[in-house]
Amino acid sequence: MGLALVGRSELKLPAPIEKFRKTFLGNVVQTFAWMSLLLLVLLAIAPAKHFFADWHRYQRGYERLISRRSDAVTLRRHFQPGIQQIWLPEMGVVDRCTTCHSALKETTLVDVTTQPYRYHPPIPHKPEEMGCSICHRGQGTATSVEEAHKSTLAWEEPLLPAKYLESSCGQCHQQDLKGTPQLNLGRKMLGEYGCVHCHTIKRPDGSVITGTDDPPSLAHVADKTSREWIFAWLKDPQAYSTTSTMPNFKLSDDDARDISAFLISSSTPASLKVVQASLDQAKKVKDDAALQTKAASLYGESFCASCHAVQNAAGNLVGGNVGPELTKIGSKAKPEWLQAWVRNPHDYDPPTAMPHYRFNDQEVGLLTGFLMGKADADLLANVHLDAATPDQVAHGKRLVNDYGCAACHEINGVKRPENFAPELTKIGSKPVNQLAFAPGVQHTLYDYIGAKIKQPRAFGQGLKMPQYTFAPTQIDALVNALLSHNERALTIPAAKTVPALPPSHYEPAGKAGQLISDLSCFSCHAINGRGGDMAPDLTWEGSSVQREWLVQFFRNPNTLRPALIRRMPRFNLTDAEINTLTDYILAVYQSSRVDRDSMPLSGFPPAQVEQGKQLYYSKYGCQACHIIDTKQDKGYIGPTLTHVGSRLTSAWVYAWMKDPSALRPGTQEPKRNMSDEDARALTAFLMSQKGGEKQEAKKR
Amino acid sequence: MNRTACIMPLLVVAASMGCSRQSGANYSLPKPAASGAAIVESSGGKQTSAVGTQLPQPVVVQVNDDQGNAVTGALVVLRGPNGVFLDPAAGLTDSSGQFTSNVSLGTIPGRYQLTATTTTKAGKNLDLKMEEIGLGYQEMLGSQLNDQYCARCHNQESTPVRVSNYDNLETKPHAFTEGDTLNKMSDADLLAIISHGGPALNKSPLMAPYGYTLSKSEIQALIAYIRMVSDPPYGAPGIVYAQK
Repeated sequence: MGLALVGRSELKLPAPIEKFRKTFLGNVVQTFAWMSLLLLVLLAIAPAKHFFADWHRYQRGYERLISRRSDAVTLRRHFQPGIQQIWLPEMGVVDRCTTCHSALKETTLVDVTTQPYRYHPPIPHKPEEMGCSICHRGQGTATSVEEAHKSTLAWEEPLLPAKYLESSCGQCHQQDLKGTPQLNLGRKMLGEYGCVHCHTIKRPDGSVITGTDDPPSLAHVADKTSREWIFAWLKDPQAYSTTSTMPNFKLSDDDARDISAFLISSSTPASLKVVQASLDQAKKVKDDAALQTKAASLYGESFCASCHAVQNAAGNLVGGNVGPELTKIGSKAKPEWLQAWVRNPHDYDPPTAMPHYRFNDQEVGLLTGFLMGKADADLLANVHLDAATPDQVAHGKRLVNDYGCAACHEINGVKRPENFAPELTKIGSKPVNQLAFAPGVQHTLYDYIGAKIKQPRAFGQGLKMPQYTFAPTQIDALVNALLSHNERALTIPAAKTVPALPPSHYEPAGKAGQLISDLSCFSCHAINGRGGDMAPDLTWEGSSVQREWLVQFFRNPNTLRPALIRRMPRFNLTDAEINTLTDYILAVYQSSRVDRDSMPLSGFPPAQVEQGKQLYYSKYGCQACHIIDTKQDKGYIGPTLTHVGSRLTSAWVYAWMKDPSALRPGTQEPKRNMSDEDARALTAFLMSQKGGEKQEAKKR
Repeated sequence: MNRTACIMPLLVVAASMGCSRQSGANYSLPKPAASGAAIVESSGGKQTSAVGTQLPQPVVVQVNDDQGNAVTGALVVLRGPNGVFLDPAAGLTDSSGQFTSNVSLGTIPGRYQLTATTTTKAGKNLDLKMEEIGLGYQEMLGSQLNDQYCARCHNQESTPVRVSNYDNLETKPHAFTEGDTLNKMSDADLLAIISHGGPALNKSPLMAPYGYTLSKSEIQALIAYIRMVSDPPYGAPGIVYAQK
């Protein structure tokens, strides 16, 4: 006690502290009281932190929001306070988003637009099965707004903007989905614009995305075109054809000069079949108005426009996009090459999509002359190239290697480079800290990809990626497709994914098979999963049509639908060729759904035909879409049925009545759940439509 | 605030008017070189696109003088609800009197009202209101199904690839935008008529049943799409909220 007193008197505390000591710690009871209070405050920190946490504040807000609504009781029963979590170990999902987003499943809150209280618009998946971050990205485990939604120093994944959400569907769905048009377009573009020739992209199942653009071989390019044209094309491919998928490599004049020199010098002669008569005829077309008209109508009759577009006087492209645009073909192609190509394109390029028309030499000449007339004098007017020096050729070859031209084109003396550009299999989860951003680009992965596609050369000197001319929506589509290729897509259990359809390598056999590839049927028609979608799928054509009709159709094809332009060309096939094809189609392209034996051989009784007519016009209202009586029916959607009885087999018509989409998936005609009796009666009525009216008129 | 009806689309507009993002952080308005007496829409109104994406066509408005001639160099300011991105948000009319802007919609499905404003010589603001529609996942799916199965008859307009069948039908189908008729039908009615065809509701037998072709969720997506594009807007029936 004495010691303490001495000590205290020696320790001279400053005045304010002394005062504090005297006031609060004057005696033991007081000290205890104040210490207790201090302890209480310290203990209160944890609950206070909890109370003021973002998520708690939002939960209180939600309770306030629902308390004012008429269905408050129900909503409150659904509401679960505290931190909520969706945990899906096999998907790698730990999402606490539902802690604040309490109303995700409350459809009655459809009018609420303030976040985090919006209800989730209907989608095919439930949050408790998928979690949130699989689609939206963001940090699922975070419990503060900032950490959950943005990318911070410690976290990598910001929320995806709405326009890129479709990319998340693509992590599991490798097939096209109806609800994701952007993703579908982007995936198609990866093949169509040849991105995958330089960048390898593997799907999660290990398959590699392949190009669908079919870049031409340059092995015989000197036979096809001039060095001047190559120069102009390299400088600006879109100046020749706005629809060209060849990108602009932003080459200097000297570089373009040297590459053109190398390509011409490396080209070897192709074995072109040059027929002088055709060339002579082609020359005549230029100055002969009558021949020009004849040539133009041959171009029309041959339905070249089904695949090739030409710019009309108003500047609009008219025609299909299967083959290249032909507006300026005369400035590009050499007449010798063109006439050989028109005669048989497979001679020059065996796998080409262009069919082998059986034109005679005069017709070949007419078309060649017609196409040579489609020239643009301005295109090459300013291109003057001196003879190439060996140095230029050598420099050209170096450039061809540097720019990876051989990744797309076959070039003599240059090997196709493997993995020319970075592989993009995991591009959708590339860490932002590994990216070099161009000035002005937001530091997010999706902004990086978008900017890189839009202006690749803005990212630094000496970059090789060429400039494409994409519309903003196309860029968004590509970003969607690329974001779907990420780490998560590779780790999701295979049972949860929808793998891509394996590519069909269907190859028809025998003589008919040779004819089918010679006529390039697959360019427009699909058979057994291989081929284009311009024309009907022929997988079950043999079950569908009658022999006589098919023979006539090959001789003189016509469209079956009133509102469609005819696009099927006449290939001038010989009778033997037509027989081969018809036999093959009728024998091989059969569906097990179509049962020939179930139909009467001797035709249907008239009463059944009459009953079918009643059903056709009243119960089933078929006249809404089909024409059967040309005087009163007007339906424009389905094929005209005036001759259906001599076109289709009765078994096919019956099967079609029962379930159209089983025979042609995606057809507009709905399944009617018809009774067997109705279907039979309608079949009877339709099979009685053999185009009789015309024949009767002829008889009279 | 609208408490009696639950017209989501209108609320989207009402709740978030006047705070659109503009392109460029330090955006200053250009000096107008002229002023007009009227502002009219050239194109770009009433478009639909998925939420968050750019509209397929740009929005184009034209400024005219009192004679109806196009005015060059008039200032047009475009505004939209929260989340709408306008590129550019303001500018001078070009030589044909037009101002063009690429518009990206926000993230909430619904109607987005855009307002284009120009100022007259007297300093009066002239407003032109345009409406765009943002489709959520369900409506987007519905719009794809509409293109595949419905539009040939229900859309009067023909395009080169899709010739309309509307004129050929004795009983004319309703366009999906015909809110006056379709808004009176309940979701259950629409579900019935799409699933079982016109006769289900004593309507034209030319309307075929799609209940065996489309799944129920697909039909619901179609209904969501029909509701979204209807004009006047569809007000869902039902819930009336208690006052504070």
